Amino acid sequence: MASDQATGGLQIHPMDQFIVKPLFGGDAIHWYTPTNVTLWMALAVVCVVLLLVIGTRGRALVPSRVQSIAELAYGFVYKMVEDVSGKDGVKYFPYIMTLFIFIVFANFLGLIPMAFTTTSHIAVTATMALAVFFFVTILGVVKNGIGFLSLFWISAAPLALRPILALIEVISYFVRPVSHSIRLAGNMMAGHAVIKVFAGFAGVLGVGAVFPLAAITAVYALEVLVSFIQAYVFAILTCVYLRDALHPHH
Amino acid sequence: MATDTKAAEPVGMPQLDFATFPNQIFWLVVTLVVIYFVLSRIALPRIAAVLAERQGTISNDITAADELRLKAQEAERAYEKALSDARAEAQRIVAATKAEIKADLAAATARADAEISARAAEAEKQIAEIRENAMESVTIVARATAGELVAALGFQADEAAVTAAVDAKVKG
Repeated sequence: MASDQATGGLQIHPMDQFIVKPLFGGDAIHWYTPTNVTLWMALAVVCVVLLLVIGTRGRALVPSRVQSIAELAYGFVYKMVEDVSGKDGVKYFPYIMTLFIFIVFANFLGLIPMAFTTTSHIAVTATMALAVFFFVTILGVVKNGIGFLSLFWISAAPLALRPILALIEVISYFVRPVSHSIRLAGNMMAGHAVIKVFAGFAGVLGVGAVFPLAAITAVYALEVLVSFIQAYVFAILTCVYLRDALHPHH
Repeated sequence: MATDTKAAEPVGMPQLDFATFPNQIFWLVVTLVVIYFVLSRIALPRIAAVLAERQGTISNDITAADELRLKAQEAERAYEKALSDARAEAQRIVAATKAEIKADLAAATARADAEISARAAEAEKQIAEIRENAMESVTIVARATAGELVAALGFQADEAAVTAAVDAKVKG
């Protein structure tokens, strides 16, 4: 979060924090090159293991603090899947838990100063959103056959309106992965960029830096909230799409 | 997949530097697969088992508590029944004892009454005897006195006559 305030004048590079860099020098980025993406994703995996595996190794009837958190996370996502997708959606709970827990940890790790936020990249969120999109679409077709198309044919509407609504529904269906992915990446990127901009102001204002610092504190608090909410939104939208695939009839 | 590009110049958004996409997507897939296996093989079954066990323990405890409560109620009923039984028994014993004592008392009273009346009769007899004896003594003394008086007056007392006179007087 430092290092970008130039020695003189107001030079802020709020986007520099998002640059993908090779971890061990060099400047070629092959698909297999270990980069800061690799590092921060690996840290997310470490956090997941610490919380959900090491934290629960006691299998205590009366849980320790960490086990409590793990159980809360489990219960939170499980209930969300059950409530939104229905009983038959529970089968897909591990997939949604995987997405949720990864996004939560990626978002929170990104809040550490100097960190790299993997979920601020559209490549990452779009991959996840497209995976969800193809998964639920294929699942819907396999489960319901041609009946899956009734998702677009709203039988509650007047007959004359149905073709128009069907067109709108189809468009909105295919826009889903776009909104699904850009919502998360955009939120992460915007928050971090804003913090960086304020940090740049703080660098040149001298004593007056208290104002940008206060602003950074406020935005940071907001970002903590956003980090969780965006993971929640991503997971719950996945549940909604899953419900549509399992029960396409309105 | 093999993309061979320079780390892009930081122009605009690094998010739109498509050269880094294969790298990010590759590592994302690796990460998600690792997390998925960690969750589905270890973490989720374990947490589910712990939660189920806790649920089972709680419902078992609640059932056990219900059973114990029923038992306690039963015991209380039994206790109360025993208490009232004991109370009734005690009252019965008290009544029986009272009746027995009353009977004993009546018998003793009767016995005492009989004894008293027997003694009274005896005493009356003795008194009558004593009175009789006293009368006789008085008669004897009177005869003797009368004889002596007659003699003192210088008369030869006719004992038979004196006796008759005294007897007549005493009976008088």
